[in-house]
Amino acid sequence: MAYPSDFRYTKEHEWIKADGKTGTIGITAFAQESLGDIVFVDLPKVGAEVTAGKTFGTVESVKAVSDLYAPASGTVTEVNAELATAPEKINKDAHGAWMIKIALKDPSELGSLLSAADYEKFVNEEGGH
Amino acid sequence: MGAKMVEFNGWDMPVEYPPAGGIIAEHNAVRTGVGIFDVSHMGDIRLSGLDALAAVQHISMNDASRLAIGQAQYSALLYPQGTFVDDVIVHRLAEADYLLVINAGTREKDFNWVRDNMRQFNCKVENLSDEFTQIAVQGPKGVELLQKLTDADLSAVKFYWVTRGTVCGLKNTLIARTGYTGEDGFEIYVPPHESTSAMVWNKVLEAGKELGVAPCGLGARNTLRLEAKLPLYGHEISDNINVWEAGLDRFCKMEKPDFIGRAALEKAKAEGVKRTLVGLEMIERGIARDGYKVLDENGSEIGYVTSGSFAPFLKKNIALAYVPPQFAAVGSTVKVEIRGLGVKTQVVPTPFYKRPKRT
Repeated sequence: MAYPSDFRYTKEHEWIKADGKTGTIGITAFAQESLGDIVFVDLPKVGAEVTAGKTFGTVESVKAVSDLYAPASGTVTEVNAELATAPEKINKDAHGAWMIKIALKDPSELGSLLSAADYEKFVNEEGGH
Repeated sequence: MGAKMVEFNGWDMPVEYPPAGGIIAEHNAVRTGVGIFDVSHMGDIRLSGLDALAAVQHISMNDASRLAIGQAQYSALLYPQGTFVDDVIVHRLAEADYLLVINAGTREKDFNWVRDNMRQFNCKVENLSDEFTQIAVQGPKGVELLQKLTDADLSAVKFYWVTRGTVCGLKNTLIARTGYTGEDGFEIYVPPHESTSAMVWNKVLEAGKELGVAPCGLGARNTLRLEAKLPLYGHEISDNINVWEAGLDRFCKMEKPDFIGRAALEKAKAEGVKRTLVGLEMIERGIARDGYKVLDENGSEIGYVTSGSFAPFLKKNIALAYVPPQFAAVGSTVKVEIRGLGVKTQVVPTPFYKRPKRT
């Protein structure tokens, strides 16, 4: 599985891509594969505050409900509305189907997240994939 | 096989087969074509001997005296309180020979309970749970698939009847036209040795290739039975839910000779039910899950969800829930509490899905 090297990752299986002061957030290919068919996402509204390490929404597969954890703190500037009606896009392209964009409060927070290589090592140990 | 495994009541069970497309694809294969399930975790109890019928009548709520040899019926074992030990399928195999198919999680409890309530009867009780592997072939193309592998004339077997025949070279195999998916289909009972059951599983997959057969896991089994409103022990039925609440009246024959639970049910019927099982369909966004609270328009708690999911064939978010009778009319709106918010739902007719009549 290829994890983009310009993303940073959490141990809860979210990714974030920083572009200046903007962070784009989604879940990883490992996460979508573990969840199976994704049928529902619940995301915050534009203007909502998210806090690093805290939940910002939920994703549901047929079988399970999982919390989404913010990789970094900030204010939501954009929500991928397409996922409300087509959540299966996450299964098809987890690293392309972003969920929210935030105005990063402190871009240096990303320094504590996992690199692609470290994340890949982490999921290999955790999931045996 | 590429199955994703999960522990279920101490069994390692496949929850889904991602190479087959996952739960949604498995579910829809059963609705439109055919799917197969390894359901060897189900338990089996055989009652035979002179008093077998009287014994079955005593411990189950349906009327087993109506069964012809080779016929089966949905029924339940009840506690004296009229609540559920388990739901079962009763097969009449021969003159005084009955097979009760029971749930995985309740196998030991069921067997002990049956044995303990058998003492006054001249009837042999055998736990055959480890004698069979059960494989379910389900879906409108199930008959076509299984017919390729057996000499039994399946067209002569009606729904909820059983026959015997050679299946995949295994002589005298029990073949029941039953299932837990809301579709037509069969459940076959083969010897439990892993090599034998694997041989049958692989032959069914091979023979079903041209029909698009999907290996299916517990995940699809659950969404299929939910769409068809088939109860699951520990959810819609349990030791504190009675027959009237669960809406299983038509499988409970009060006019037959006395049975365990009857007196309590008579009393409960006279008193009227305080809650009843309803089907809900989400109006607002959200999925009601097992255990979520049901609220009235003012946000007061009135009941709870027993099962809830995205329904892969109907493409709706559906749930079963217990609510007081005054909220149970089709068209009533109630809310389900999802992550602290009341989300609007509507009471809809059940079963959510009914298979089309085929000629």
